[in-house]
Parts: sequence; structure tokens; C-alpha cells
Amino acid sequence: MAHLLQTSFLPSSPCLRANPDRSSSSTSSPMVQISRRRSKTGGVVQAKIREIFMPALSSTMTEGKIVSWVKSEGEKLAKGESVVVVESDKADMDVETFYDGYLAAIMVEEGGVAAVGSAIALLAETEDEIEAARSKAAGSSSSASSSPAAASTAADPIPAEITAPPAASAPIAVTPVAKLASAVHPASDGGKRVVASPYAKKLAKELKVDLAAIAGSGPLGRIVAKDVEAAAAAPAPLAATTAAPPPAASPNVELGTVVPFTTMQGAVSRNMLESLSVPTFRVGYTITTDALDALYKKIKSKGVTMTALLAKATALALAKHPVVNSSCRDGNSFTYNSSINIAVAVAIDGGLITPVLQDADKSDIYSMSRKWKELVDKARAKQLQPHEYNTGTFTLSNLGMFGVDRFDAILPPGTGAIMAVGASQPTAVGTKDGRIGIKNQMQVNVTADHRVIYGADLAAFLQTLSKIIEDPKDLTF
Amino acid sequence: MQASLSLSVSNPAAIPRSGHGFESSLPFPSKPVNLRFCGLRREALGFSSTSSSSSSSSSSISAYRSNRNAARSKKVWASLGGDNGSSSSAPKSFDYDLIIIGAGVGGHGAALHAVEKGLKTAIVEGDVVGGTCVNRGCVPSKALLAVSGRMRELQNEHHLKALGLQVSAASYDRQGVADHANNLATKIRSNLTNSMKALGVDILTGFGTVLGPQKVKVGKDTVVTAKDIIIATGSVPFVPKGIEVDGKTVITSDHALKLESIPDWIAIVGSGYIGLEFSDVYTALGSEVTFVEALDQLMPGFDPEIGKLAQRVLINPRKIDYHTGVFATKITPAKDGKPVTIELIDAKTKEPKETLEVDAALIATGRAPFTNGLGLENINVATQRGFIPVDERMRVIDSNGDRVPHLFCIGDANGKMMLAHAASAQGISVVEQLTGRDHVLNHLSIPAACFTHPEISMVGLTEPQAREKAELEGFEVAVAKTSFKANTKALAENEGEGLAKLIYRPDNGEILGVHIFGLHAADLIHEASNAIALGTRIQDLKLAVHAHPTLSEVLDELFKSAKVSF
Repeated sequence: MAHLLQTSFLPSSPCLRANPDRSSSSTSSPMVQISRRRSKTGGVVQAKIREIFMPALSSTMTEGKIVSWVKSEGEKLAKGESVVVVESDKADMDVETFYDGYLAAIMVEEGGVAAVGSAIALLAETEDEIEAARSKAAGSSSSASSSPAAASTAADPIPAEITAPPAASAPIAVTPVAKLASAVHPASDGGKRVVASPYAKKLAKELKVDLAAIAGSGPLGRIVAKDVEAAAAAPAPLAATTAAPPPAASPNVELGTVVPFTTMQGAVSRNMLESLSVPTFRVGYTITTDALDALYKKIKSKGVTMTALLAKATALALAKHPVVNSSCRDGNSFTYNSSINIAVAVAIDGGLITPVLQDADKSDIYSMSRKWKELVDKARAKQLQPHEYNTGTFTLSNLGMFGVDRFDAILPPGTGAIMAVGASQPTAVGTKDGRIGIKNQMQVNVTADHRVIYGADLAAFLQTLSKIIEDPKDLTF
Repeated sequence: MQASLSLSVSNPAAIPRSGHGFESSLPFPSKPVNLRFCGLRREALGFSSTSSSSSSSSSSISAYRSNRNAARSKKVWASLGGDNGSSSSAPKSFDYDLIIIGAGVGGHGAALHAVEKGLKTAIVEGDVVGGTCVNRGCVPSKALLAVSGRMRELQNEHHLKALGLQVSAASYDRQGVADHANNLATKIRSNLTNSMKALGVDILTGFGTVLGPQKVKVGKDTVVTAKDIIIATGSVPFVPKGIEVDGKTVITSDHALKLESIPDWIAIVGSGYIGLEFSDVYTALGSEVTFVEALDQLMPGFDPEIGKLAQRVLINPRKIDYHTGVFATKITPAKDGKPVTIELIDAKTKEPKETLEVDAALIATGRAPFTNGLGLENINVATQRGFIPVDERMRVIDSNGDRVPHLFCIGDANGKMMLAHAASAQGISVVEQLTGRDHVLNHLSIPAACFTHPEISMVGLTEPQAREKAELEGFEVAVAKTSFKANTKALAENEGEGLAKLIYRPDNGEILGVHIFGLHAADLIHEASNAIALGTRIQDLKLAVHAHPTLSEVLDELFKSAKVSF
């Protein structure tokens, strides 16, 4: 740069923020309209939290898109400074603030659209008021985001049976933490520093993923983009809130409103879009569950859940068909995963999470059931650790408890296959000896990545699975 | 000749020859890369000048031949008017009318113009013809940027989809890309060499050293004399101390242009033109980039508004992050399985801030003049941070503040404006003076461009500079802007992102500066730079007609939107 500065005609220290041009009417930047509201506390201390409105940049403008926030939350603003860039029908305009203060809360994120005159951010006059402003913003946005959580077809509610109280409630030995991608980055000062590539950092900010909680898989253990995406794919445990489970969303939904995605919905949306890049196909199978139902009835009192039985059966079938438990990440190679970790989709407030039963082929059905109970409790409390929700190698999604008899699941990126399980119901079937009888049957439908898993692979896997379920003696020892 | 030759020489003392260590130093006109704006003029045979209408190469050659014969016939032309007081050691008869030290773009431009004006001309080159621009700068970098531009388009599915195109995964072959850059440089270099040879410019191979007034040593022991000497030795990449360049993982633009590797993560130290263009190349080819910038904001040197927009388009959406307000005090290349480490300190407090670990680092902190071993001590010239001091007519100033007779310096070596086409323009200006026509180059009319996608270009003052000047001189400044979003051609290309900005005097319609960010900005700027050079006022430009639909209409609309008060 030095040379540039020496040239006579280039500026030596341009001042970005200076708004040099307010006198010239043709070009002066628009100012944000800010409304001033006193806090309800009234009293001597006048907390001044102002709303920053979407300005009308032209006479025809009805809504504006936030191109970028020049300032970030918590930053100090001086009167006349650019705060936000808004796209109008003609051009992008910098919008300035009329007041000094702190940008307390951004209510419309970059890329968002807001009607002219609606609040896009809150401006606090002093640092102390930032918190108040934030909670105010949070209040308004959380009420807005209580829309139906089922943003994707994979959003499955918690299977009903998990609520059955397990007999053994004794503390459970924690299963060894799944082997994470790598140890600490040699350069990370024993974990004090996070080494992440520029794009990974950008993504983490966008997806609101905490880099410190991610293990890197890049060169020398650095965090790269796919690590962040993987972490976001399984929605991050939101800061443990003590809030009681919120009431069902439907009564609170205000019809006709546009609701921005929550972080989790954003992550789900992103993952769903990403799944479009994987060529998937589906194979279905009808499995008779009379024997399984009988087994379940027998051992239910010991705390065994149907979810655990299905996971166990699936894991045993996967052990015989390792290709169905493989995954393709880069399009050039695929990995036979060393352990069989069954992820089970569970709907939680505001989204969906996939707790993982590690090494499901090796653990016995009773400890798996206890583990499942523990995972579900943690999921509800939003306290799952990343390895408890993002290490799945095969996913189960069960909508049977709603009476759904068959459906189709979207393959989560980074895994090879997902199985959609329908309800088991009495069905009239013709038997080989020419009679008609009633059997309990359920339909399963596996979605798989055809780059690595072919039709015959799935067919063989399903055949094995049906044999296991129809003769479930192997599940219990 | 009048102005240029009527020099009063105050220090005529004979200067002893002395040994100078130029052999040991870097090869002549550069090791460098002048990535910025290289408008390589006259790389083909035919060139046109303001004074002659020759448009075909054959006519200019024949014109030259007759001139050259004329020049030969008067070899003693030399000591005319201005020589009265000059050094007695200067010979009365010279081998050449003009010797140019350095065959970069500046020297080449000067040589061609000199031949056209009938001067017997030699050019001294210690390395390869073409200098930085052709070999390690603008030319190969444009080849890489052409590739990165296409990659960007092919990878932008959203953009392609909007056009109705479907392209399956685009990929590239690194060696193929590198070869394209290298082949282009070779081709341009041979064009340049041929153009000079064809016109009869003598190319003297060897390092040039100024022995004394009007005397140059070429190589080890050849001494040639000339009535006038132009120094055009250019520059090399500037590497701040503490940074160890190994050419593999810690590199300068010289190495980067060879594209020997494409690191996953590269830190670029310096976010000026060079850094910005390389970030465009690297991110298009799949690297992630971290900028390290000593100033408080990225892209210093650009008009702030343009810089802000450019950051929004060229930095924020790409796989780039940055550290501003920091110096890289120590950079250690990767070895023994360890990554490249970059130690950062706060630019103001000097407190250590952070250590980065990356796969590679590109040092793009600017360029340093290449003036070592030129023999400047023989003529009592002291460089200022390596730059050779000159006046507005490129005449070299010695350490007493007096002009050195018959000695000029153009291009990066004088540091006035480190652009290839500026060097060439300065060379032409010098030749104009030598051949009897006083000429002072208006540097404010020299355009500059950064060839990112989209491009950035500028001419004249930035808005803060214009306002500062206006305050001092007491005039009013106004600004007009137009967006590429309103331009049909830009929208047809689906490239509506862009802004053109005009800074002007509403009282008389004078253009003070024009800045463009958008599709083909580098090509669009010349309407404005020509207007500044020729003194055309906005009120006249408003009446000019532009073809529809073209990107040029962006400027048409810009001029029309200016409010001139008469």
C-alpha cells in the first residue's frame, strides 16, 4: 500500500464514515426514522429505547430489503453515521442515524425485507439499556417465531412411547464420548484459541454456531466450513433456558403474518436445501410386526421402548450391510463408518433434533432404552452436547404414532440413508396356504444416497431388517 | 527544445567513475509485479499519437525511417542552446539522442514516441524486455483474472439459472491456468520487443549505470553517450522486514503469478489493488482468504463510498475475512509440517494481537522503487526512500535541489504514480519536451483500474480529496451518482451491481473525479479521463450521444444527472 499513498492523487487516509455530503441535496444520504419511546418504568431514570424504522427512500417504495448492517449489535453509533444499507427500487442506500446511542438489537437480519415504517432495529441511548432493548426485541420476535415448527418433512414429533416411565432410573454410566474429528489444534494454545478458516467463521456467524464447541476436521485440525455446517445441521443446543415447555404453538399463531426463521429453522432450511444436491432414491418394504409387538409387550415393563427396539433391529441389519451405513461427503469417495450410530428424529419446541444412539449394534436393548430416555430429556432441556446429536450414521424417523402409514423422509446431508417408519396396523393379508388372515404390518421407506448405495443394497438391507423384526429373538440378548 | 534545454547547471564538477555494486543486485527493471493498472499502450506495431495520424504500422515505420535518417545525418545536433553552462566533460557528439534505462512499459512508450519524433534511441535492459507489467504484473495477472471471472460465472448457479443456463460442475486445471498466464506474458513480450526492433530502437542488453551527465555504462564495460537519458527502472515488490519470503508458502506477486499452488487458506498482507485482485483469483479457484491490513479499513486508496460498496460485493459474500489496523511483524514460512505463522500487532498501540496460522501468505504491501546500482551518486542524486526525486516535468533533482541536466526519470522509480500507463505517459511527455514542445502531464487525468469482478476504476480526485481542495480554494463541490441497476445492458447481463460517481464543480462544470464500480468499469473510465485531459466540461458532455443499449450509458446518465448552474 505504501506506494499508493505516495502517489499524489490517491487519498492517504480516506474517512469512510464521514458523511461529506449532507449539504448537497441531490446526494445526501437518507436518515433513519427513529421513533422515541420511553420505557414504561417511567420514573426519574428515563430509559430511552428508540426504534429504527425502515425509511422510505423513494415515493414509490413500500418495502425495503436490508442489504447489510454496517454496524453490529452492541456497537456505539454517533449521529450521522451509517447504520444500515437498504436496497430501494433503484439503488442501495446507506441509511444514517439521527441519534447517538448503541445499536441494541437488530430485528431484521441482512437479506430480510421490512415494510416502510416498520421497526428494523432498536437503538439504546446508554449501554445499560442495551439489555432492556434486547429483551424487548426478543419479546417481539419470539412471539413472532412461534409458528408451526414442522418446517420440513423430517420434522417428527417425539415418539409417544418414550414417555413410558422406565423402571430403572438409576444413574447411567455415560457412554464414552464419541470420537470427535480431531484433538485440539496444535496452534490453538491448548484450546484458548479457535482456528477456523475465513469461510467457516463467516458461516458460523451466519448460522449462529459457536466455533468453540466444534472440533475441526481440516488441515492441522482447523475448523472448516463443513464442520460448521455439520454442527448447524444438528441444531445447536440453544442456551439452556429454564422456560417451561411452551404451550402448543397453534393457538398463538397469528394468521396472515410473515415470520422470520428462528436460528434452528434457518439451520433446518439450509440443510434441506443442501440435501437437494444429493441424488436420492427410495425403496419401501412392508414388515409384519406381530412378533415384535409381542416382544415389546413382554419387555415393556423393563423400560424398553419401541424406539430402542427399532434402532436395535436397524443396527443389526446395518451390521450386515455396511454400505447402507456409509456416507459420501465429497462426491469422490465414501466412508464405511466404523460405528453404527442410529440417529432418531425428535420434534422439540421450535424445531427438530436427532439424538444419537451410539454403537447401537453393540449395546444391549435395556441400556439403549435408558440411554434413549436420557437423550430425550436432555433434548427437551436443550442440553444435548454436539456429539449427542451430530454423530449419527443412519437416521430413523417415525410418524407411526399419528397413524401415518407411510411417508417419505429427506436424507440428512452427510449420511447415507434415512428410514421413514409408518404405523403398525392390523392388515388383512393373504397367506401362502391360500387363507386370509389379519397381521400387524408396518411400512418402512428408506431414502438413500444413490451415489454410494444402490437399489440392490437397500433391498437386501430391508430384507434382512424384515427378517430380524419378524423373528426378533436377536434383539434382546 | 527551449524549456528543457535551458537548464542552469549548478554542479558541473566532473564526477569520478566509481564502482557500484549493481552487478550483485537484482536484475534491472524489476523483479516485481505491478499488478495494478497496466494499460499497456503500444504493444503492437502501429501506434498513434496526438500529433500524427499514422494508424497503420507500415506508415509509422516508414515515417520513422525517414526520421531516423535525418537523425543520423546530424549527429552533432547535440550541444545546443542549453548546454552552455553544462559540464565540460560532456561529449560534443553522442552515440544516441536518447538512452532509456529500463525496457518496461514506461521505457517502451518513451522509445516509440522518441522514434516517431526522429530521435536516435537506445533502450537498456538488464533483464527481460517488458519489465514488471508484462512479465510479473498486469499482463499475467489479467490472464489469471480472466480465468477467475469465468470460474465465478460458471460457479454462480443462481446467476446462471436467472439467465436460463445450466452448467454442470465447473472445474479447472491449475497448470493450464498457469500456462495461460505465462503464454500471454511471452506473447506480449515478443510483441513489445518486435515493435521496438522494427522501428529501429537499439536494445542494449546489460545493466545500465549512469556514469555521469549524458553517459551510461551498459553491462560491465560498454560505455555509451546520449544527449538525454531517461531512467525507467521500475520497482520490485516491497517486503517489510520481519517477513521471510520463501517463494513457496510465503510469496510475493512475482511467485503468485506463476500459480504454482492454490492453497486452501491464504493470508494476503495488504488490501490494495494487488491484494484485491489476487483475492479475486484465489477465491474463484477455491481458496479462502484472510486480509491483513495496516490501516483501519480495507481498500485504502479508493473513494470511500466505492470502497464500501466494493467491500460489500467483493469481500463480504466471498470466503474472505480480514484483520484491519494490524501490522504483520513476523511471517514464517511453513516447514516441518507446521503452517505459515503470521504475528500481528496493533498498528497503533504496537501490542501483540494475534497469531494467524495459514497455508500460505501473499505479501502485497506495495512496491519499492528499483534504483540501487544506478550510479546516482555519480551525479549527486539522493533517492528518497529509494525514489528518484523529479519535478513536474520528470527532470531529476539532485541533492542540492537543482535539476540534473539531460536526465529524466519516469515510472515507478519516481513514485509519482505507480502505474504502467502513467510511466508510459510520463515518457511521452519527456520526449515531447526533448523535441521542442513543452509538456506537463496532468496526473489527475490518468485513470486507474482494479480488475476484480466486477471491476473498479477511477480518475481524478476522490470525494474527500475534492472537498478538501474545495475548502482550500473556495469553490463548491457536488456529487452525482448513477447505478448500474438502471442500465439495460447491465441488466441484460444480469450484472446490475454497480455504481458510478461523478465529483464536479457545479459552478463551471469541471470534472474533479469519476469513480466506477461495476461491470467493465475499467473500460468505461476513459470517457471521463479523456474529458479531464482535454478539459471538456459536463455541460458539453451532456449533449454527447451514446449508443443504446450499452454500458456507456451509465456515464451518459451520470453526466446528465449532474446539475451545472449555467
